[in-house]
Amino acid sequence: MAARALINVPPKAKRGEVIGIRSLISHEMETGFRPNATGQLIPRNIIKEFVCTYNGVEVFRAEFFPAMSANPFVSFTTVATESGTITMTWAGDNGFHATESVAITVE
Amino acid sequence: MTRMWIWRNAAALAILCVAFPAIAEIPLAERKSGYDFMARETRAMQDDDTSNAGMLWVLDGEALWNREPGAGAKSCAGCHGDARTSMKGVAARYPAFSPALGRPVNLEQRINLCRADRQQAKPFAYESKDLLALTAFVGRQSRGEPIAVADDAQTRKFIENGRAAFTRRQGQLNLSCAQCHDDNSDGRLAGSPLTQGQPTGYPIYRLEWQNLGSLHRRLRNCLTGMRAVTPALGAEDLVELELYLMWRARGMPLETPGVRP
Repeated sequence: MAARALINVPPKAKRGEVIGIRSLISHEMETGFRPNATGQLIPRNIIKEFVCTYNGVEVFRAEFFPAMSANPFVSFTTVATESGTITMTWAGDNGFHATESVAITVE
Repeated sequence: MTRMWIWRNAAALAILCVAFPAIAEIPLAERKSGYDFMARETRAMQDDDTSNAGMLWVLDGEALWNREPGAGAKSCAGCHGDARTSMKGVAARYPAFSPALGRPVNLEQRINLCRADRQQAKPFAYESKDLLALTAFVGRQSRGEPIAVADDAQTRKFIENGRAAFTRRQGQLNLSCAQCHDDNSDGRLAGSPLTQGQPTGYPIYRLEWQNLGSLHRRLRNCLTGMRAVTPALGAEDLVELELYLMWRARGMPLETPGVRP
């Protein structure tokens, strides 16, 4: 099943206002350090990079590591500058790639 | 000598009685959900559907609800239609008595019965991602509804069985569920609140598990901690205990999917 993502961006904001953005994505974040039932290591499978762009301009970037929990939750803030689209991208092992976009209206 | 022995034992018994007061059920008005024991931050996670990781499973469950299982069988929606209306309040009534089986079945088992009998599909494995997702999705439709399992001639015997299991001392530690969750529910165990063990939010997203999990998984957790026999997931013993716990939480609002630390 494809990765599910839940993102929370206020649909409306005043120009210059600091807005909170929250994102949650389903991912097992397998560390690569855990042995399976036969004692062999389960290969690492994590999200490595998370990027948030606001009308194409990067406003937040994070690198993820094996110590991050499954289903990583990221919360950050940015300044509402103009109406447009906020896009979030997750990329990781085994060609993992997910993108979510939301519209924001700035008055 | 004998008199001294009696006094010494009487004193020890008095101390024991203070430490472990007699088993008594929690009065209805004093019941608290696990939610009330949580930190503010964890409560905020549960309250917001975009922070509550259980909602990821609810979304998967919604997709499964609408998917045909193959071989020309109808999807869940094909019979039940819009879950928002048809499934409202349903999860709050489970476990429910199944006349066909002559015993109570919980929501997971009801979904699998429907899947086997009506959809002619292979039942999901207990605790599998798909079964948890569908259970969470059906449970979500009852959020806020008061828990109301049937308490009638058919279910009474099974509720009593569950109560007996809840109050029976078991395992190498010789503990009963009630000693912690009735008598000392405001206390702490290894720094964590004991809580009253009210099953208000299942399936729950447990931060410790980093996963969604059923009540049976949680019960097996506790039983392992007591070093007692752990029945298999979906075992009749656990369903009876689940039925008693839901009866014990009657009237409390369902929170599915709950978030717990």
